[in-house]
Amino acid sequence: MKPKIPAQAGTFESSDVIVLIEPLPDKAGRKIEISSSVMQQFGESFTKIVIDLLDQFEMTDIHLIAKDKGALEPTIKARLETAIKRSLDLQEGTLKQ
Amino acid sequence: MLYIPGNNPAMIQQGGIYGADSILLDLEDAVALNQKDAARTLVRNMFKVTDFYDAEVCVRVNHLSTPFGLADLEEIVPLQPSAIRYPKTESPEEVIELLNIIERIEDRHNLPHNKMTLHAMIETAMGVQNVFNIASKFSRIDAITIGGQDLTADMNIIPTPDGIGIDFARKRIIMAAKASHIDVIDTVFPDVNDEEGLRRETEYAKRIGFTGKAVINPRQIDIVHEVYTPTEEEIRKAYRIVREFRMNSAAGIGVFAIDGKMIDAPIVARAEYLLRLANVTVD
Repeated sequence: MKPKIPAQAGTFESSDVIVLIEPLPDKAGRKIEISSSVMQQFGESFTKIVIDLLDQFEMTDIHLIAKDKGALEPTIKARLETAIKRSLDLQEGTLKQ
Repeated sequence: MLYIPGNNPAMIQQGGIYGADSILLDLEDAVALNQKDAARTLVRNMFKVTDFYDAEVCVRVNHLSTPFGLADLEEIVPLQPSAIRYPKTESPEEVIELLNIIERIEDRHNLPHNKMTLHAMIETAMGVQNVFNIASKFSRIDAITIGGQDLTADMNIIPTPDGIGIDFARKRIIMAAKASHIDVIDTVFPDVNDEEGLRRETEYAKRIGFTGKAVINPRQIDIVHEVYTPTEEEIRKAYRIVREFRMNSAAGIGVFAIDGKMIDAPIVARAEYLLRLANVTVD
């Protein structure tokens, strides 16, 4: 699947992460940019979480930017899932932004 | 009961450390209308892995008349928190509709119908009018609560520090809960800087029969606990009453006196309740 629309989820607050997604042209693959206040300690595991979730949703032709403020794994996964679903226009049970 | 906004990861992950007896993860009023999906997913993920220590964890979902309520239930019911808190409950018919949906979701996930309970929030004039039928007819409802802010809005009155506008509602809700033998939790005190006001309101809530009080800030927890925790003197007195009651009962005496005051069944019942609260057993 590829994103239909630009989307974002999360905040810049401590213990949170903001995830932004943009669609890329066909066959552009994935472009992932991660920055984190704890990049040195957890950058590798953060990247793996992102890639695993993109694989789970079979996402391609996607530009994903994540700016982390020390979020725990369940928060990272929640924000990624929300941003991906919003980019696929699959938001349920919310008012669309 | 500490309210925690459902879209705030920092507050959720720290929620268990403040010593509240129960925690309410809020998907309703504390979450912006365009963040309902984000909060729901966050609460689902955090609930599974967060250590809330000894606190009972409840989730407040949105009402089924909103575009968010059903999606909330689909995500939260499989987690089986201690309770689901349902806002703006107005009639037994609404509770039946809610329970039918919850039980269908539980069936799909092979979950029992008797583990997770419901807290009905009474926060409209109609809810106050129907509160006994809501409180008494459903075995899954083990607590009712009053939502002071929404109730004053529904009544078109301005909240005042003395709470006079919702005093009738408070007492009617308490009576419905007492008659139904379930808990009844008082509304939040919104001014976190007014500690004396919180203490006064909590003392009043305790005097008129509320079994607990909701708080919106960890700073408020200690004051509520101080008001509700029996003093050592109260515990000693209750202990003496229960112990002497048992000794007298064994001797076939129903009514007796301690320090010149008559002790009969209601006083013994109150003493036993206080000892249960204090987690004290009588040898």
